[in-house]
Amino acid sequence: MSAHEDTHAHDDHGHHHKETFVTKYIFSQDHKMIAKQYLITGTIMGVIGVLMSLMFRIQIAWPEQPNVLFEALLGKWAPDGVMDADIYLALITIHGTIMVFFVLTAGLSGTFSNLLIPLQIGARDMASGFLNMLSYWMFFLSSVVMVISLFVEAGPAAAGWTIYPPLSALPLAQGGSGAGMTLWLVSMAIFIASSLLGSLNYIVTIINLRTKGMSMTRLPLTIWAFFITAIIGVISFPVLLSAALLLIMDRSFGTSFFLSDIFIQGEVLHYQGGSPVLFEHLFWFLGHPEVYIVLLPALGITSEIIATNSRKPIFGYRAMVASILAIAFLSTIVWGHHMFISGMNPFLGSVFTFTTLLIAIPSAVKAFNYITTLWKGNLQLNPAMLF
Amino acid sequence: MTALLTILVLVFITVAIWQMVKIFDLAQANAENTQVATDKDNRVNGYLMMGFLAFIYIITIVCFVKWGDLPLLSNSASEHGPQIDSLMIISLVIIFIVQTITQFLLHYFAFKYKGEKGRKALFFADNNTLEAIWTIIPVIALAGLIIYGLFTWNSIMNVNMDDDPLVVELYAQQFNWKARYAGEDNVLGKANVRLIDIDRANILGLDESDPNAQDDVITTELHLPVGRPVLFKMRSQDVLHSAYMPHFRAQMNCVPGMITQFGFTPTVTTAEMRQTPEMIEKVANINNIRVEESNKLIAKGEDALERYEFDYLLLCNKICGKSHYNMQMKIIVETQEEYEAWIKEQKVFKNSLIN
Repeated sequence: MSAHEDTHAHDDHGHHHKETFVTKYIFSQDHKMIAKQYLITGTIMGVIGVLMSLMFRIQIAWPEQPNVLFEALLGKWAPDGVMDADIYLALITIHGTIMVFFVLTAGLSGTFSNLLIPLQIGARDMASGFLNMLSYWMFFLSSVVMVISLFVEAGPAAAGWTIYPPLSALPLAQGGSGAGMTLWLVSMAIFIASSLLGSLNYIVTIINLRTKGMSMTRLPLTIWAFFITAIIGVISFPVLLSAALLLIMDRSFGTSFFLSDIFIQGEVLHYQGGSPVLFEHLFWFLGHPEVYIVLLPALGITSEIIATNSRKPIFGYRAMVASILAIAFLSTIVWGHHMFISGMNPFLGSVFTFTTLLIAIPSAVKAFNYITTLWKGNLQLNPAMLF
Repeated sequence: MTALLTILVLVFITVAIWQMVKIFDLAQANAENTQVATDKDNRVNGYLMMGFLAFIYIITIVCFVKWGDLPLLSNSASEHGPQIDSLMIISLVIIFIVQTITQFLLHYFAFKYKGEKGRKALFFADNNTLEAIWTIIPVIALAGLIIYGLFTWNSIMNVNMDDDPLVVELYAQQFNWKARYAGEDNVLGKANVRLIDIDRANILGLDESDPNAQDDVITTELHLPVGRPVLFKMRSQDVLHSAYMPHFRAQMNCVPGMITQFGFTPTVTTAEMRQTPEMIEKVANINNIRVEESNKLIAKGEDALERYEFDYLLLCNKICGKSHYNMQMKIIVETQEEYEAWIKEQKVFKNSLIN
């Protein structure tokens, strides 16, 4: 779709066969074109997300004031221009999902990993151009499904971006937990598949396709960050996928993984023996590493920009790599700090407090190393540096 | 107002699109919009850096002066509340100090070492001593915080049954709360949502054959005697809810299919809290605003707003559906005598059933 708009010509080295419009701009296997596709799709999703947040922020700023904009955009969801509570929850849910997954995960990693990995390690292209293309198009498909879920009759998913069951599992509890939630889950399942394909490709490329002399200890920090990000993704995303699948089973096939003893709208449901706390564990096993999936690429890019524009090598390269590794390792064992009051054993709370605070140490090392890199440099304060 | 907002939104959208189009401009690498910073750029941006540093310090000071008294860090009404508050304040102070110093270094270095043509940067790629220092200092600081935090956590989460706490069940459903007092025997009767029988008014699903259940008392207001430990057992009948009692620094999820718990001791009665100077001021402020709003409403021929009076609240703090925002229950902390008088007036479970 939006790839058409990009008429910017680019070299197509390494390909000897004739390129048609379709193979060059749409089903492209070229890493630079795929990066641009990610950038544009991510930006469009970002704009949608921002518009949603504008809408619900306006709603809470002037709670009772009728707003023509809402009436025009939301129709039956905003009778007399005041947002309905259901649509308010739906907007924050979809806003959160879009921003966390579609913009910050796919938009960031997809764009910069695809663009920079082959360029910075001296490879011709990604290890598998086809997987790369597939990864983008699955991401595109999942974006489309997510946007479509906005137009479902009973409303889009509205259980918060963490979609805790039973709220997300029972249409009886909330309108948005019907077809809207089904589409949300389908969209996320496709998204996760896309993200896994992408991550595997980055890992394989970085391990196998480095140019001569580019040993792991000489890799740019940006690439280190992308590499570790991809690894965290491969470790944690499948867990969310399994949580999503189990939730689909609970919703559609009557299993009780996450549900037990529920009395709603005058009737007792058959679910017995499951626990929503299990879902919280599965969700946050992705949810917290996700924070670092979002953060690490940015830190990697920062390292490179600061070093380049200070006209100095980065201070403490080995410490920087070690801190990325430490953050990655710790990030997979801190998920419980989202669950202190979930009803899990308080002893687990102590353990997660401990690991969570540990993660501040590598982060502090990184911050201090950045500042030392600036020290006595010859700072070029150009837009990248200022950003 | 709406028109103005609409215009604002449209302006922002236009600016956003314009900025995005500029990406394509920049992609055409021509000489005019080169990314290389000149000495002049560096100088201007260097001074702007210092300006920004001054700005964030000034805005911090202004915020402290204007909004510095954080009510949620000082007016706790439970025994463990001050512990949580001081843990929070100590963490904030440590973060604030580190933040102030690193922000200063960041901006000052950006100013001091702004680029000039011909100057060479110092080659300084590694220094193990320095790195060890700023690994070990955070380790020590965090070890302190962790140990302090763990002690606080354990003392709050462990409920001592020897103190003979008052046992109360908090029962959550879309979208209201019920409280169930354990009665004379201080033991809650068995319950399960499968036993709910609306026709007999057994709304919480108590086991009618359980002797412990007979003297249980179900209420829609939570009354607590001051100074006595309370042990809350939380249940939910439909989706996840979270029992949040901000004034008592207490929160615990209500999970369908399981019973969670949290205990605390209230220390300030509702009447005492209403008499604190901050609360009197806050209530007066709110009522002034209400009077203004009421005048507007009366002019339109509608009813005036009620006067506001402070009450402790139990709120739901986990999105639970459409009316989540309004899911609350009044909490009244009172003296032992007042509490006893109140609980005597309530119907016990066996008498509340309809046969």
